[in-house]
Amino acid sequence: MDVSVSYNQEKTAYPGIFGWIFSTDHKRIGVLYLLSIATFFIVGASIGVVMRLEMLTPGQTIVQPRTYNALFTVHGVIMIFLIVLPGVPSIFGNFFLPIQLGAKDVAFPKLNILSWWLYMTGALIAVAGLFVGGGAPDTGWTFYAPYTLKSATNIVMPLFGAFILGISSIITGLNFITTIHRMRCPGMTWNKMPLFAWGLYATAWIQVLANPIVGITLLLVIFEKVFDIGVFDPSKGGDPLLYQHLFWIYSHPAVYIMILPGMGIISEILPTFSKKNIFGYKAIAYSSMLIAIIGSFVWAHHMFTTGMSDIARIVFSFLTFLVAIPTGVKIFNWLATLYGGSIEVKTPLLYALVFIFQFCIGGFTGMILGTLSTDLHVHDTYYVVGHFHYTMFGGLGFALLGGLYYWFPKMFGKMYSEKHSRIALGTLFVGFNTLYFHMLIMGWLGMPRRYYDYLGYFQTLHVTSTIGSWILFVGIFYMMGNLIHAGLKGEKAQANPWGGTTLEWKISSPPPTENFEEIPEVVYGPYERKGGQE
Amino acid sequence: MKAFSPIEKHQDYTGAKMGLWIFLFGELLLFGAMFILYSVFRHWYPQDFHNASRSLNMITGTVHTLVLLTSSLTMVLSITAIQKGNKKLCLTFLFLTILLGLLFMVNKYFEWEHKIHNGIYPGSEFLLAQAKGVMVFFSLYYSMVGIHGLHVIIGIVLLSWIFWEVLKKPDHHSRWDAFLHKDFPGCHLAIVDAQGKEVWKGEVFDDSVKQIHLRVSYHPVKERIHFHDFISLENCGLYWHLVDMIWIFLFPLYYLIS
Repeated sequence: MDVSVSYNQEKTAYPGIFGWIFSTDHKRIGVLYLLSIATFFIVGASIGVVMRLEMLTPGQTIVQPRTYNALFTVHGVIMIFLIVLPGVPSIFGNFFLPIQLGAKDVAFPKLNILSWWLYMTGALIAVAGLFVGGGAPDTGWTFYAPYTLKSATNIVMPLFGAFILGISSIITGLNFITTIHRMRCPGMTWNKMPLFAWGLYATAWIQVLANPIVGITLLLVIFEKVFDIGVFDPSKGGDPLLYQHLFWIYSHPAVYIMILPGMGIISEILPTFSKKNIFGYKAIAYSSMLIAIIGSFVWAHHMFTTGMSDIARIVFSFLTFLVAIPTGVKIFNWLATLYGGSIEVKTPLLYALVFIFQFCIGGFTGMILGTLSTDLHVHDTYYVVGHFHYTMFGGLGFALLGGLYYWFPKMFGKMYSEKHSRIALGTLFVGFNTLYFHMLIMGWLGMPRRYYDYLGYFQTLHVTSTIGSWILFVGIFYMMGNLIHAGLKGEKAQANPWGGTTLEWKISSPPPTENFEEIPEVVYGPYERKGGQE
Repeated sequence: MKAFSPIEKHQDYTGAKMGLWIFLFGELLLFGAMFILYSVFRHWYPQDFHNASRSLNMITGTVHTLVLLTSSLTMVLSITAIQKGNKKLCLTFLFLTILLGLLFMVNKYFEWEHKIHNGIYPGSEFLLAQAKGVMVFFSLYYSMVGIHGLHVIIGIVLLSWIFWEVLKKPDHHSRWDAFLHKDFPGCHLAIVDAQGKEVWKGEVFDDSVKQIHLRVSYHPVKERIHFHDFISLENCGLYWHLVDMIWIFLFPLYYLIS
């Protein structure tokens, strides 16, 4: 086999697109995920823009109340289940985990392509459910019982889609855990593993252990709708609160599925552009595991107003605060990494810095929500909406884009325009903060989330926020246009354009099909620059 | 690059087992969530659960348990047989396992048919007239036993597939490919023994030889059956035991609490 042919040029057993969708090459699967997720993202973001437009004026602006309910449900379902949950692990995890470990592929390549097929199947079932039967669900993405049981809209198909997406996620998780345990190259001890891999490892465990619980919960709701069982329906002796517990036992750790690999990306970008070793390698690596573990025991902080006992609420509030410790450990170590480095300001680094800024706002507002006394006031207001968009979009979203700008030259072998990338980032930054910071203010003033109508008092803030959504939308297309242009017409990228030290920078851009001619041997830490490693 | 390197068929016995164990953790949590629901509702409605459990036939339940336990035994025997290189015995026990799995499902079918015939199913008029705890009991009973039954069916499908795999198994090939065409002219191909002595020697290559493909076929003799080749059988076995084990918890929780 000719080792110099890159993965995207190689001749495969199947022609054209089939060479991709039937491929077991982890890099091709990563690209498949990138394209599918980007497509769904445009849909989800467009729905978001329509929602903001509706909120421009009090009363009806462009859609009916029922449509508005459907819009925020579908926006949530698409964004959470189809984009941020698979997001980083599926795109960059697939593409870079084996390369960073010095392996030729993941442990189970066939399961890997199966997980993409399941992802697409689940996504299509969920999306098809919006158009058949009773139409798009209007219960909110959390599918709380008993709304879900009463709603006449098509709940079953989106839930079944989400169930299949869960299976896809479990498969990806167990694949990554096995890969990390079994396929690290000689010399790569656990403490010489890149931090991105550590992030994925922590994530993979949550994927495997938390997904089955939401899977069965959604399945039971389907059973309630289809077979008339009644575990969550109070009229049949069930209890809707149990639904909330089971749902959040998964869905809270799920936000760490989303953010941990994003933090991994930041831990890759910072040492590369500071031209120095990462500060506090072990602290960053182990704090990922700590976040995963503590994060599994905080779910009931979504339910402070449901009438749980005070003891339970105090315990969950306390545990919620504990998560801030490993998160803070990461942030301080990142800043210390920058300190004293010879910093080269390039787009990926700017994304990382924007991530730290926005994620801090997301984190601090999270602390306010985790405090019992303040949560009672801001619960179910725009404050919550602002908070999770700061963590999920401002945090994870920007980390994902940072990762895309960081690894784009490696993935596609092309360089993008630095100037246009910066303009795009600037637009995204301004748009994002205009959109969501005003949500925080509105929520603090008492604007409830998911309401179709509002008092005239809030209009200035709603209008500002809506204008932010337009800027953000322009930024998204600018960014995508920039990258697509680079992919088609960009200059050829070097093997190591940024001076990165991890293994993916030691092979050509784009990587050859087999990744490495010979399995490499690792002597130094992933970010060490001593001992001849440049 | 070495001139000859076997085409890598990635085989990692420990890795494959690890992957399956992780999957089984997930399965445990899947059922775990339902067991939590069960324990909460049983705590709320102890008397109703007691009453509802009476309508379940303990003898049928015991038969289910015996059938599944026996199938676990035949499963282990089948794996042991292949480890000792006895393919025929392995297939016999595998067949028995599948048969017992089917028997379980048939038994289950008659049990449920009888229940539904008597009007005991979720949403039935009879049940809606009962106490809330009884309704929840049967909601959980049908969900948990139903999902368990689904696992048995998946297990039967997996075992049938593995039966086919074992049946056609030991005929496998290893292939080596080499493309270093500059070096080939003037070489010859040879088979050497452990000391490097040539046992067989081919003709000297001329310029026309650009690639070499070697294929070694293993014939189905007893010595060649190695249990490392049968990781899929072992993994199916582990899955089957998990399904069995979950039934061992379901049985007392539903049939023996009255």
